[in-house]
Amino acid sequence: MPLTGIEIYKHLPKTNCKECSFPTCLAFAMKVAQKAVPITQCPYLSPEARAALEAAARPPIHLVTIGADKRKIEVGNEVVMFRHEKTFYHPPGIVVRLKDTTPVEELKRRAQEIASYQVERVGMKLGLDGLALENASGDPSALARALEAVDGQGDLPLVLMAGPGALAQVLEKVAPRRPLLYAATRDNWEAMAELALKYKCPLAVAEPSGLEALAGQVEKISQKGVEDIVLDPGARDFASSLVTLTQIRRLALKKNFRPLGHPVITFPGEGAKDQEEEALLAAQQVAKYAGVIVLDRFSPSLAYPLLALRLNIYTDPQKPIQVQPGVYQLGAPKEASPLCVTTNFSLTYFSIAGELESSGFPSWLLVCDTEGLSVLTAWAAGKFDAARIAKTVKEFKAGETVSHHSLILPGKVAVLKGELEEELPGWQVLVGPPEAMDIGGFLKQHWKN
Amino acid sequence: MAVVAEVPVEKWVGQVHEVRLGGNGRREVVVGGETTLPFLRFEGALPHPPVVAIEVRDREPRDWPAPLSGAWGDALKDPGAWAKKATQFGAEIICLRLASAHPEEGDTGADQARRVVETVLGAVDLPLIILGPEVPAKDNEVLVAASEVARGQRVALGPCVEKNYRTIAAACLADGHVAIAKTPIEINLAKQLNILLLDLGLSPDQVLVDPSTGALGYGLEYSYSVMERLRLAGLTGDKMTAMPMFNTVGEETWRQKESRAAGGMPPSWGEWEERALLWEEITAIGLLHAGSDIVVLRHPRSVEKVKRAIQALSGK
Repeated sequence: MPLTGIEIYKHLPKTNCKECSFPTCLAFAMKVAQKAVPITQCPYLSPEARAALEAAARPPIHLVTIGADKRKIEVGNEVVMFRHEKTFYHPPGIVVRLKDTTPVEELKRRAQEIASYQVERVGMKLGLDGLALENASGDPSALARALEAVDGQGDLPLVLMAGPGALAQVLEKVAPRRPLLYAATRDNWEAMAELALKYKCPLAVAEPSGLEALAGQVEKISQKGVEDIVLDPGARDFASSLVTLTQIRRLALKKNFRPLGHPVITFPGEGAKDQEEEALLAAQQVAKYAGVIVLDRFSPSLAYPLLALRLNIYTDPQKPIQVQPGVYQLGAPKEASPLCVTTNFSLTYFSIAGELESSGFPSWLLVCDTEGLSVLTAWAAGKFDAARIAKTVKEFKAGETVSHHSLILPGKVAVLKGELEEELPGWQVLVGPPEAMDIGGFLKQHWKN
Repeated sequence: MAVVAEVPVEKWVGQVHEVRLGGNGRREVVVGGETTLPFLRFEGALPHPPVVAIEVRDREPRDWPAPLSGAWGDALKDPGAWAKKATQFGAEIICLRLASAHPEEGDTGADQARRVVETVLGAVDLPLIILGPEVPAKDNEVLVAASEVARGQRVALGPCVEKNYRTIAAACLADGHVAIAKTPIEINLAKQLNILLLDLGLSPDQVLVDPSTGALGYGLEYSYSVMERLRLAGLTGDKMTAMPMFNTVGEETWRQKESRAAGGMPPSWGEWEERALLWEEITAIGLLHAGSDIVVLRHPRSVEKVKRAIQALSGK
């Protein structure tokens, strides 16, 4: 919760000394509230006031970074309960758990498979974010061997699931990669906190017996000096995960409750009876407030829909989502197949693409850059006119893609037909239906294959 | 040192209207009645968990992909048999789509609609949702006929859209049915259509809202946020947005490439059937968390999985 000028003013010396370059302390406070100048510009700020102001200016949910290179996971620092209120900023890291009881060759293969997994959607490349490596054997040297096996296999950010004994033996080597240490429990928390401090790694705190017990545990660990904390409240099934993660988020955002102002880690596989159910629970957690999601099972058919969901939920609802301009194939079109044109607002694209896909007519879809506006809005704003459509036709060489030189125009901009035919000599412009859902019927009536 | 964490509990003043379907000898389903956000049982009442409807079409679908048509087999040829099988697969409502009335799909009329509705009403004792082909003139024709045949059975009829709601609303009034108010993913349009329907004389317990459903990867986030906003508005006291919500999940997901494509897809898409099922199930799970009260699904296994999740979330 950002402070107001008046709240900041209360902490200032109120001497109007002008050394901050502002005429009064109040004027300075107002500028600080707007984040125009740093609070440190006041030379007479008492250490107590400074600490209080800095604490109040901290985001209600701490931002935690796992990993060190450019594939690092950054989670936390969310500011709303519902995405329409602003946006959800830091998509949950989706990681896959491997165990050190798995043979080394198999570990290598799976780490490589997870690291290289990539799926493309509307011009974006989506992938998984990390590996959780569990010391399931209980043997510290097995953990070290497993780490060695996955080393060099894509080097994804790591969650190390082990006790302090095993961690102490591997951290010297792996700490520069900034793994998340999982987890401080009520039995080992002092040793885990020491490791987190010594090796500067983020630390997960696991306490399943209620939010107050969890908060108490976090307080103790924070007082030791550990700042980068991830919470595991122990909620494992559909109902408790939704309720617990909602409550943690509310406490952090609405009450500015510091001990629980941290991202949450979830284990959907532990509350599910099979792979499909794990995916559904993970889906809930993507939408409802998880920071790191540890999957027990990986398969492309499970990863792809989860990544698509994460992309959906974490897009900025205040910005229209845009599709890359270009020529898209729907079905397996040939050069005699229909060619439609539309705008690059994602919902417009998906409406018409979905209809063409199920129309029984494999088609080409030419997408114009209208800066994310829908057909009528773009037309009204002058971003979807004959000149721009003609330019796009030429830019993407649509004339070389299809043999027929017929272009189907959205019915809502039928008025552009004449002008467009002047702009595109040799082309025939057909006026399609005003609504995407009628394109199938339109093609059936008007398109001769 | 004991830490006190006082969990904020929202005091919602509104309640979602309860809408009853069926009854009068037929099985009864009530949806709505919530006094809090989806599944947050610690702060309010959720008297009626969301329900799962199965879509049945009045003629055999020609273009359903193999993982879907294979799950139903020959039942797809006969709406009565299909509805019976849907009941065995756990449907709580049958959602009958009068697809053949579409001018491109056979252009059948009131007679065919009457016959099919009679068949399905006779075959199962579940409540019915009856949807037209979404061509206004044909919707009026077949839904009015369906309404007469189903008099006394309290079915839901839709879609009622802004430009074409009077005839269907009048049929609901005359025959005691529920109207499905469909708007294109926009909160103000949804509210406005509810007001228009209530002005015509329908009572708040006679309206379901279809906010339009975007499939996973195809606009899901728009439906999700509009539904969250509608539900929040309803709970904060706006009675004109406090209608139970209805989503045609199966129809939207199974027409997408991810569910239809048999081969030639990138390996990162994974195995076809599992991907297609998850596409349907995850869309349903997402929208249930945004406030859906009725999800219409197509695949029997999705029905089983989504129902299990609803049970787990509702504690029932």
